[in-house]
Amino acid sequence: MATTTTRSFLQVAATEEAAPPLRVVQIEGLVILKIIKHCKDHSPSLVTGQLLGLDVGSVLEVTNCFPFPMREEDEEIEADGANYQLEMMRCLREVNVDNNTVGWYQSTLLGSFQTVELIETFMNYQENIRRCVCIIYDPSRSDQGVLALKALKLSDSFMELYRSNNFTGEKLREKNLSWVDIFEEIPIKVSNSALISAFMTELEPDTPVTQCDYDRLQLSTNSLMERNMEFLIECMDDLSLEQQKFQFYYRSLSRQQAQQQAWLQKRRAENMARKAAGEEPLPEEDPSNPVFKPLPEPSRLESFLITNQISNYCNQINGVSGQSFNRLYLMKALHED
Amino acid sequence: MASSDRTVLQFSSSSSSSQSFTAKVHPLVIFNICDCYVRRPDQADRVIGTLLGSVLPDGTVDIRNSYAVPHNESIEQVALDIEYHHNMLISHQKVNPKEIIVGWYSTGLGVTGGSALIHEFYSREVQNPIHLTVDTGFTNGGGTIKAYVSNNLSLGERQIAAQFQEIPLDLRMVEAERIGFDMLKATAVDKIPSDLEGMEASMQHLLVLIDDIYKYVDDVVEGRVAPDNKIGRFISDAVGSLPKVSPRVFDKLVNDSLQDHLLLLYLSSITRTQLSLAEKLNTAAQIL
Repeated sequence: MATTTTRSFLQVAATEEAAPPLRVVQIEGLVILKIIKHCKDHSPSLVTGQLLGLDVGSVLEVTNCFPFPMREEDEEIEADGANYQLEMMRCLREVNVDNNTVGWYQSTLLGSFQTVELIETFMNYQENIRRCVCIIYDPSRSDQGVLALKALKLSDSFMELYRSNNFTGEKLREKNLSWVDIFEEIPIKVSNSALISAFMTELEPDTPVTQCDYDRLQLSTNSLMERNMEFLIECMDDLSLEQQKFQFYYRSLSRQQAQQQAWLQKRRAENMARKAAGEEPLPEEDPSNPVFKPLPEPSRLESFLITNQISNYCNQINGVSGQSFNRLYLMKALHED
Repeated sequence: MASSDRTVLQFSSSSSSSQSFTAKVHPLVIFNICDCYVRRPDQADRVIGTLLGSVLPDGTVDIRNSYAVPHNESIEQVALDIEYHHNMLISHQKVNPKEIIVGWYSTGLGVTGGSALIHEFYSREVQNPIHLTVDTGFTNGGGTIKAYVSNNLSLGERQIAAQFQEIPLDLRMVEAERIGFDMLKATAVDKIPSDLEGMEASMQHLLVLIDDIYKYVDDVVEGRVAPDNKIGRFISDAVGSLPKVSPRVFDKLVNDSLQDHLLLLYLSSITRTQLSLAEKLNTAAQIL
């Protein structure tokens, strides 16, 4: 992106007015290392941290980050956490680090991050900063030699819907929003300063094989697959629970409709009789009658999120088994030699 | 007391234990130092900061984290922002209480005059601090990274000088290898490789290695290269490490695993189909 670097500040300011959509998240190698270190040190418990950086046109640059201490339930400690955050920002500003919050990162276990909490956190961030991003890192997958780093944001249409808190089937159909459209994954670019690049070239060992290759050629993926399947099954159970809720809702809805019809017919027959007797007809609607009270439709958010998770697990299974096929054929070829 | 009258230059007691010191650096530390150097204030020549980490049971100092400390340096004095240092330390320990101060770093080649003063400050924070220098100026045409410990030379009871002694530094970076040097080396990488792309790269590495070995063995057999017993042993070890399994059993093993994985793939595809169907049914066709 040579054009973005040569633009003047004025131009940048002018384009910000138009707010181009976020296309790329550009992460510094330093941030990746910091995230990985933090997540790995505390694995398997899940951790979060703050991302700092700059918002330049359609690119969101993440230039630094700092970890949050482990979350505690105590209220006192929560206030402490806010202090910690301010203190850290102040300290980092003193050594000229960009102190502009652009989002947060969190670790996840096999990609089970699509939760209501994530959405809530995102909405909180979104209120304060116009453009924010959530980076998800999966330490369990890095043992496979994969850099499982993802940058996510909520789609605009979903945020609008979430604000109105209206997840009925009708609304969703109107907006044409399906579970695929909740999260948007943003492509990640990695950048390093020239100085770091020089150092790493210097320090790169001249052995042709790296740890990453060893990890990738590891034959035993069964435990990973097993856990993946376990999670998948759990999700399926959750999903069928959600489905039952809906079935229950539809059943009571149709029962209610039948009751309404019956009541209406009775009222009409009564009205006919009154007409014949020359009396005023009674109104055909009676809001005080419990039969006419609208049933609340259960929110579809939960089932959407579960669906998202399931598809995520499916993708992971596909990825891992794809790798395993490679390994198995490699083993076969080696043995035939 | 005849001995105290004689002028004996002696190392302080801490020096004996420091002989066995080695240090190990996490790549994050290097990245952090470089970033701080790039972001240093206009007038500053170098940046200094605190190193955090732990001492492993075998005496190796594991340097795992770092933060910069603002400072002012002139010819006769060094002013360190001690308050900042303590604030940052408290913040870092909230996140990871196991990481303690192990020393300090500075950019530039080798030890300079002001270093002794800063080192003395860190000696009060922790016993035997390590001093890491990172040559960000590439003075020798290479990025030299060195670690030192300091020995106090004392004359009787009086300290007269501090001697910085270089200690071995382990720069192998397993963590960086995990991410891939390709990613950390370039100034811009457009995308993170996916599972299969990474696999492909690894396979290519392996193929190149096997080709190299083939070539070497052929060369040796045909007398073009002098045989080296060591390499020969390594190759035979590598070949020998393949478990001896009869072809029938091996085929069964491979086929079973293949089938397992195919089954999983099949299952996940079915699940996906089911999901898209369910979605259509749920939102599109409602009885209302």
